[in-house]
Amino acid sequence: MTVEPRNDAFVAFEHVQKSYDGVSLVVKDLNLMIGKGEFLTMLGPSGSGKTTCLMMLAGFETATHGEIKLDGVNINQVPPHKRGIGMVFQNYALFPHMTVGENLAFPLEVRGMGKDEREAKIRRALDMVQMGAFANRRPAQLSGGQQQRIALARALVFDPKLVLMDEPLGALDKQLREHMQFEIKHLHENLGITVVYVTHDQGEALTMSDRVAVFNDGRIQQLAPPADLYERPENSFVAQFIGENNKLLGTIEELSGDKALVRLATGELIDATAVNVKEKGGKTLVSIRPERVEFKPEMMPPGAHTIDAEVVEIIYMGDILRAVLKVAGSDDFVMKMRNTLGQTKLVPGQKIKVGWHPQDARALDP
Amino acid sequence: MKKTLILTTALVSLGFAANADVTVMSWGGAYGAAQTEAHVKPWAAATGNAAVMVDADNPAQPIKAMVEAGNVTVDVASLEYADAVRLCDEGVLEPIDAAMLTPAPDGTPAIDDFFPGAVTECGVSTDTWANVYAYDTTKFPEGAAPTTAADFFDLAKFPGKRGLRKGAKAVLEFALMADGVAPADVYATLDTPEGVDRAFAKLDTIKADVVWWEAGAQAPQLLADGEVVMTTAYNGRIFGAAIEEGKPFQIVWDGQLYENELYVVPKGAPNKDLAMDFIKFATSTEGLRAQASHISYGPPRKSANAEKLMYKDGKTEMGPHLPTSPENMTNSLLTSSDFWVDHDSELNERFQAWLSQ
Amino acid sequence: MAEAATELLTTADGRPLKAALAAAQSRAKRRAFLLVLPLLLFVLLTFLVPIGYMLKRSVEHDGFSSSAPALDAWFTENPGFDPANPPEEAYAALVSDLARMQVEKTTGMAGTRINYTVPGTISLFKQGAREAKDLVAPFKESLLALDPEWGKPALWRGMSAASSPYTAEFYQVASDRKLTDDGWARGGDKDRIYLYLFFKTFLISGLITVICLLIAFPVSHLLATLPMAKSSLLMILVLLPFWTSLLVRTTSWIALLQEQGIVNDLLVGIGLISEDGRLTMMYNMTGTIVAMTHVLLPFMILPLYSVMRVIPPSYARAARSLGATSWTTFRRVYLPQTLPGIAAGSLLVFILAVGYYITPALVGGADGQLISNLISFHMSKSNWSLAAAIAGMLLVAILLLYWLYDRLIGIDRLKLG
Repeated sequence: MTVEPRNDAFVAFEHVQKSYDGVSLVVKDLNLMIGKGEFLTMLGPSGSGKTTCLMMLAGFETATHGEIKLDGVNINQVPPHKRGIGMVFQNYALFPHMTVGENLAFPLEVRGMGKDEREAKIRRALDMVQMGAFANRRPAQLSGGQQQRIALARALVFDPKLVLMDEPLGALDKQLREHMQFEIKHLHENLGITVVYVTHDQGEALTMSDRVAVFNDGRIQQLAPPADLYERPENSFVAQFIGENNKLLGTIEELSGDKALVRLATGELIDATAVNVKEKGGKTLVSIRPERVEFKPEMMPPGAHTIDAEVVEIIYMGDILRAVLKVAGSDDFVMKMRNTLGQTKLVPGQKIKVGWHPQDARALDP
Repeated sequence: MKKTLILTTALVSLGFAANADVTVMSWGGAYGAAQTEAHVKPWAAATGNAAVMVDADNPAQPIKAMVEAGNVTVDVASLEYADAVRLCDEGVLEPIDAAMLTPAPDGTPAIDDFFPGAVTECGVSTDTWANVYAYDTTKFPEGAAPTTAADFFDLAKFPGKRGLRKGAKAVLEFALMADGVAPADVYATLDTPEGVDRAFAKLDTIKADVVWWEAGAQAPQLLADGEVVMTTAYNGRIFGAAIEEGKPFQIVWDGQLYENELYVVPKGAPNKDLAMDFIKFATSTEGLRAQASHISYGPPRKSANAEKLMYKDGKTEMGPHLPTSPENMTNSLLTSSDFWVDHDSELNERFQAWLSQ
Repeated sequence: MAEAATELLTTADGRPLKAALAAAQSRAKRRAFLLVLPLLLFVLLTFLVPIGYMLKRSVEHDGFSSSAPALDAWFTENPGFDPANPPEEAYAALVSDLARMQVEKTTGMAGTRINYTVPGTISLFKQGAREAKDLVAPFKESLLALDPEWGKPALWRGMSAASSPYTAEFYQVASDRKLTDDGWARGGDKDRIYLYLFFKTFLISGLITVICLLIAFPVSHLLATLPMAKSSLLMILVLLPFWTSLLVRTTSWIALLQEQGIVNDLLVGIGLISEDGRLTMMYNMTGTIVAMTHVLLPFMILPLYSVMRVIPPSYARAARSLGATSWTTFRRVYLPQTLPGIAAGSLLVFILAVGYYITPALVGGADGQLISNLISFHMSKSNWSLAAAIAGMLLVAILLLYWLYDRLIGIDRLKLG
């Protein structure tokens, strides 16, 4: 599902800039369109500007320049409580002096909703997160995962069209986090709401999102569906930030269309797909995923260039085997092999040749 | 040889012990300094005995503790009148024979020369201080200045705020005298409910214009700040502000209350005979005059007030500043300790209730 | 299985497991107890013992009972005597006691005790004691001839009550009651002061607490939300009054607020008030409230600050995102979370204000007197028992408030910092 930028986008950032100190920009010329019903994740290292963007959307920060539109209306001057956006906070921010039920009633009360209607909605929201029996508990009496669910229910109980989530699963252990990822995704699909989700966990971003916006240095580096992001990173930052990655530095030897021949610093030639390199003789960083590296000639395309490698270490990981290789002078080149019946056994010190399909090696900016 | 040395040492130390210091305990500060200069040093010089002055916050407390513990190290102490009477009643003090006191230069026996109440069963007065009222001379030019206790209560003639000590003692007597009660009748009047009502009625006439003070230092400060145009005060405080600091304050010697400060000898004093000799020396006409030249508290003997007395600066005549000068005593009252031990609590409750009405 | 669980478990060397555990833990417990022992002793010696001693003093005074054995014995034998007309034996016992007091020099002590309830007794006792050995039977007539006051029923009631060292009379006096010829009764309108001052003290303390809260709340909020560098500076300003002597602070307020003071000079200077219209802000209730509020403000700010500092801003954000206006957010989300701090600060300020003494004494004037000033007065007159009785009533009142507070808010929610 790819949502193209268009004028009727549900959420739109147009040339948004943000500076806290008047000296440096935290967000540099952000343009982002989010479609109705989309699950968009803002992913990036800390300090990349993703949380600032979320806070501007929620209304807790004001844009220094540019426009933020919600459903076609400029909301720069609309105070947070009039935006009608649900939000889940990093530490849930459940009001400690109120019971779960009171927490959920809060957004309904401030909207002047009658008691009966309120209770029906609260019941429905609690049932939705399987917490129906906990209405009279206080937040402090709940586990982290239960608090998470309540925070989610509170953000949804007043039927917002847009829900923002700021690293909502950061405080949970791995197993619970994966379970909650699934539940949030499920809720999103069932309710048809638009979700903007901020995280620094790439696994989370890839699992849940329709599209992921990778942030770095105040800019969106790439905005794409998860598969594209992983398999077709458009620059070396995205390639390295998402998933595991082998990188080889070299110079463009030949360039025809999107086919490139790259000469490594140590002299070997390899095949690659040109992504954002412009001319012959230019420096490039070639990125290859470990699971796309092959060492059996029958698995490589005919005529592919191969390079010499030496096995440094084999790590047994159950479902896969991980070989650390010495390639082109560096010894951090990784190759992953499926642990299938009859898989060739490699031993440290063994000399092999490795190669790959040209489309799996992406020649990127250095 | 060795034996002789030990014996000699023992004899010397014995002799030294016999010649031990007479220890005088007083209040420290300017008051203690005045007694050191006027009594302790001259007595030691005149008799060849050693004498030292030690300070206490209120000598009555250590004296009582020492006597009760049976370990008395003080020979003479300076006490307030009420404490001297109380401790005497409790048997803490040595009785003093008034007949042994130094007669006046003209031969009048001491008991007739001292003012009434200045010599008690266990104490001899060293000085007299007074609760007076003073005004700011810049507010009232000469000729139009207050001169009587009644003037203090005359808001029409002398407009402006008044300072009064926040408490029943001295204030009620002052109000009655200002209302025309003769000093001799004040305590008899105050012993009746009607008399108490009369005193409060007099205070009612200025109640709205009174600034109440509590600590002795506050009174001259209120006058100096211009917060009040006249205030009651301890006479020594006004003297200090006027003479030492040159403030334009004038005391009105009318309707004031005075009290005595006394030397006493605690029971079991290590040098009782020397202590009596010291008191005899210090309370002689000359001894009392010497103290009064250092501090503006009056010598409580007629003979000591007969001649002109100069302040230690050599240019201020003490006469007009002393509570005991004959011209200052024309309409004054000795505070009755007996009356106040009986009625302090009762009248203070009434006073506080009156204040908050 | 169930039997196995109830079976007595033993250690490897056969000792019962429970005993072994207790032995192992008792060493640690002993050490822990030894560590807190100094503190326990300190609290006991400096806090509980003095309070206990004070409460004992408020119901105990043996000044009369220890020095009048004959009369003590007579009162014990004749509990139902008529105070209006005591018989000759009572007078005989009195005269023999007076003679003994003169010898033992206990007249002052005995007279002082009776004087607390029957004013004027000290000099009566002194005179009686001096003359006692010369009095002859019938003693009733001879003593009454000396001073008719000896026949006052109130005096006999007072002596009868004082013949036991334990008494509730000081509490009667502290409740504005007077011993009359017909027994204890409400005091006259002109003399009632203690209950009025109790009431006033609590009212003023409450007012000061409210003013402190109103000032401290925004200041603490600012302290808790400002960046570190700025909040440290502000904190120093808050604490600065703590580092100067109480007396200096109080006299500074006198210099500022008195009629010829800086504030009035300024107002006259800019023409806001006329020279004759100078405001009276000192030596009255206004002065007391201003100076005490200033002195007590840090005790409100510090607990509030410590509570506000740990309230994450995300609560307010959450409330806003859920649709609450900033006022609703404050009222329903922020304020309830600061309650423990408000409660702690208010309790501190209120209790300190109730016992405040120096400030009202110096700036209080006629109507700025509080109950502590009367306690101080009685202490300065060595009337310890009455001072202790008033202090005891104050203590009970504060404990009552504390209990009420516990019922309404809960002590466990108190946060002192």
